[in-house]
Amino acid sequence: MIGVGKAKQYANVLDKPLSRGRQEVSLSAFAFLFSELVQYNQTQVDNIAELERRLEDAGYAVGARVLELLCHREKGNRRETRLLGILSFIHSTVWKVLFGKVVYLITFCIWKDNLYQKRYVADSLEKGTEHEDEYMISEKELLVNHMGAFNCGAFVAGIVRGVLDSAGFPAVVTAHFVPIEGQQRPRTTILIKFAEEVLRREARLG
Amino acid sequence: MTLSRLLRCAGVSTAIHRFYPVSVGNQQFVFWIMASTACFVIVSRNDIPIYEAEVGSVLKKEEAAHLHQFILHAALDIVQDLAWTTSAILMLLHDSRNEDGIKSFFQDVHELYLKILLNPLYLPGSRITSSHFDTKVRALARKYL
Repeated sequence: MIGVGKAKQYANVLDKPLSRGRQEVSLSAFAFLFSELVQYNQTQVDNIAELERRLEDAGYAVGARVLELLCHREKGNRRETRLLGILSFIHSTVWKVLFGKVVYLITFCIWKDNLYQKRYVADSLEKGTEHEDEYMISEKELLVNHMGAFNCGAFVAGIVRGVLDSAGFPAVVTAHFVPIEGQQRPRTTILIKFAEEVLRREARLG
Repeated sequence: MTLSRLLRCAGVSTAIHRFYPVSVGNQQFVFWIMASTACFVIVSRNDIPIYEAEVGSVLKKEEAAHLHQFILHAALDIVQDLAWTTSAILMLLHDSRNEDGIKSFFQDVHELYLKILLNPLYLPGSRITSSHFDTKVRALARKYL
């Protein structure tokens, strides 16, 4: 056979190299898989809250794995120990690998200090004004919300919670629709509320 | 408090030659060499061991189990004290002989562990039961030690 290169077949997945893989997956494949996931869960539950919880759990499993994999691949086995570090890791590296988007701006519009101010782009990470332990990632066009009438943002909230939890920053993460005037589609906001121990540890580490 | 002092206080006479607790992200890999037995344990959060392997001849059965537990917990305490002060994933606490071999051993085992973790049907934190994983870890142990 001329010119046929057969990829080496590995007997077991443990022998296969942990390669970078093909960077992109087709949107339709993902849409199909995700819609099946949602439909399957819809048959198992009675109400929307339960459905969102299940989507979150599915996302949690993804988040835990994504953290370890990305630490190994992108960051050369260094992990984040500080709160701001893990948040910027999420909204840059994780978002870039999962959704192909990069966040350009961090705005801290809080009562304490104004840290960075840059050109405003669609996606941003903000600190909530009411509580010190709340942060928000806000997205105009969340990938998973292209499909479905209700909030599939629960899946992404689950991913974020998985990453934070596996990194040692337990938090409650929820997804909300925030209506904005001038745009017909409400933008999705992911609200991250950290647990007490995280704040205490941050204070202790200075 | 170093491990050897701890052991002397507890009146344990076994000689610990080399001792390496290593923290890797969410799990801790602990490895020590005692007399002729080398023991390697992967511990998940909440200090539940998810994988253990012993290489070499095992001398005394009953005492060994308690000793393993003791060393394991002492190691984890040391690691946890230091865990939040450094951003490294791999921390070695030991006397500096044979560093490179151990470091490569841990890096390779970490890669194997990542491949296990990527399995969507594997619950993170549960015991690793794959015999293939076991074989590979032992092969790596023979290669690097």
